[in-house]
Amino acid sequence: MSHHLVEARDLGYAYPDGHPALDGVSFTIRHGESVAIIGGNGAGKSTLLLHLNGVLKPSRGEVRIGDFPISRENLAEVRRTAGMIFQDADDQLFMPTVFDDIAFGLNHQGLAPAEIEARVMRALETVGAAHLRSRPPYRLSGGEKRAVAIAGVLVMQPSILVMDEPSSGLDPAARRRLIRLLAGFAHTKIVATHDLDMVLDLCQRVLVMHAGRIVADGLPADVFADADLLRSCNLEPPLSYGTRC
Amino acid sequence: MGSIEGLLREVRSLDATADQASWLSRIDPRATILATMAFILTVVSFDRHAVAALLPLAFFPVVLARLGDIGLARIGRKVLLALPFALMVGLFNPLFDTTPHLELLGQPISGGWLSLTSILIRTVLTVAATLILVACLGMHRLCAALDRLGVPRVLTTQLLFMHRYIVVLGGELGRMNLARELRSQGTSTLPLAVYGSMLGHLLLRTLERAQRIHQAMLSRGYDGQMPQVGLPLSWHWRDTAFLAACLVVLAWLRATDPTALLGRWLMGIAT
Repeated sequence: MSHHLVEARDLGYAYPDGHPALDGVSFTIRHGESVAIIGGNGAGKSTLLLHLNGVLKPSRGEVRIGDFPISRENLAEVRRTAGMIFQDADDQLFMPTVFDDIAFGLNHQGLAPAEIEARVMRALETVGAAHLRSRPPYRLSGGEKRAVAIAGVLVMQPSILVMDEPSSGLDPAARRRLIRLLAGFAHTKIVATHDLDMVLDLCQRVLVMHAGRIVADGLPADVFADADLLRSCNLEPPLSYGTRC
Repeated sequence: MGSIEGLLREVRSLDATADQASWLSRIDPRATILATMAFILTVVSFDRHAVAALLPLAFFPVVLARLGDIGLARIGRKVLLALPFALMVGLFNPLFDTTPHLELLGQPISGGWLSLTSILIRTVLTVAATLILVACLGMHRLCAALDRLGVPRVLTTQLLFMHRYIVVLGGELGRMNLARELRSQGTSTLPLAVYGSMLGHLLLRTLERAQRIHQAMLSRGYDGQMPQVGLPLSWHWRDTAFLAACLVVLAWLRATDPTALLGRWLMGIAT
């Protein structure tokens, strides 16, 4: 299944003001893997995610999706393959109603209205939000916004799901629903998060970032057992490890 | 600045009225837009000293609000917000135009005062009609209808985005202001520089958010073309009837000046 390979090769990126955000990031994620990217604030997690669907262009190195480097020619294809869920759902819900918002990506594929309707409703039912279809996004609660934002990405049937802090700001019940929903997604998942307990529930592999580099890459159990590593990256072991203080 | 939340609530409540099932909500939004445009054109087509002739035109916003189940009091409060701007436009007319135009109770009234009054009446009428239009249709249907009427999608999209994010940005401004109030120890007046800095911050946050929204759009296949929004509209005979009735009444009011007719009739009775 090499077509769903996500590979970063010596990725480097500096913001226009010269501040370096990524500094030689390399990894390979195979199809079906569920990978967490963890690290302190400003470690470069969000910047890295924005490279995975070509929103940001690296100043050094390359990202390869399915064995091809991201280029102008395959950008549309890459963005359909790698669905991105943003940290702030308000950034992602820009259309006037929930239905229009979820249909946004499909409209750009030129599908027939009946097909769009069917796929939007299926995506809404998947996230348990079918009753919200004609509501404007700003009248939704935080959990509903997140669910709708996820539906807007799932509707594109991506093979890779890229998520920036999907569980932040959710109440425990909504967070649990989200974890169950994501666990049901069979394809590749890449999650940047501070929610290490969710990582334990959801991911088989953890990449630890610090100052724009990957400093560790391994099983969650191994990474979370390394207290020195976590401390040096402004992290703590997850609550369920019970080894704090 | 303390009423930012109140202002946002108003924006939302204006939107909520659009969801109500009123008689007007069954009319094709294009017909309502065209009727309102015809009304605004009629209002501005009068002579600049027209005052009495404008008054009967108030029937249009009143009837429109009635058909749309919208309380005039709520619209009235928002119209008041626009009045200071109109006042600025006509403020100096009484000073520049002092030729007497008519006599009222033995007092000569100059053209300047007449045109100032005329400007204020026109503002009230047109702003009220526009607000009622927005309240009846809601921004979503309004933009969908404008789109079908041939307004460039770049403009309708901007309207939609503005409407979508005014709540988000207003919320940010409100939180920023609350943070300022909590730390300013009860002093409500602060140096202008503080407000300048707050506005600067808001601008930067707005730019950052705009960038993130654009990234989210790109991630979902945006290629510079916004898709059509809303359900397909269908034009029925009753839409034609509604629009035709509005046009006929407006044309009649424009052509006959019913105030003068009424005045002559009353004078006829008196003598």
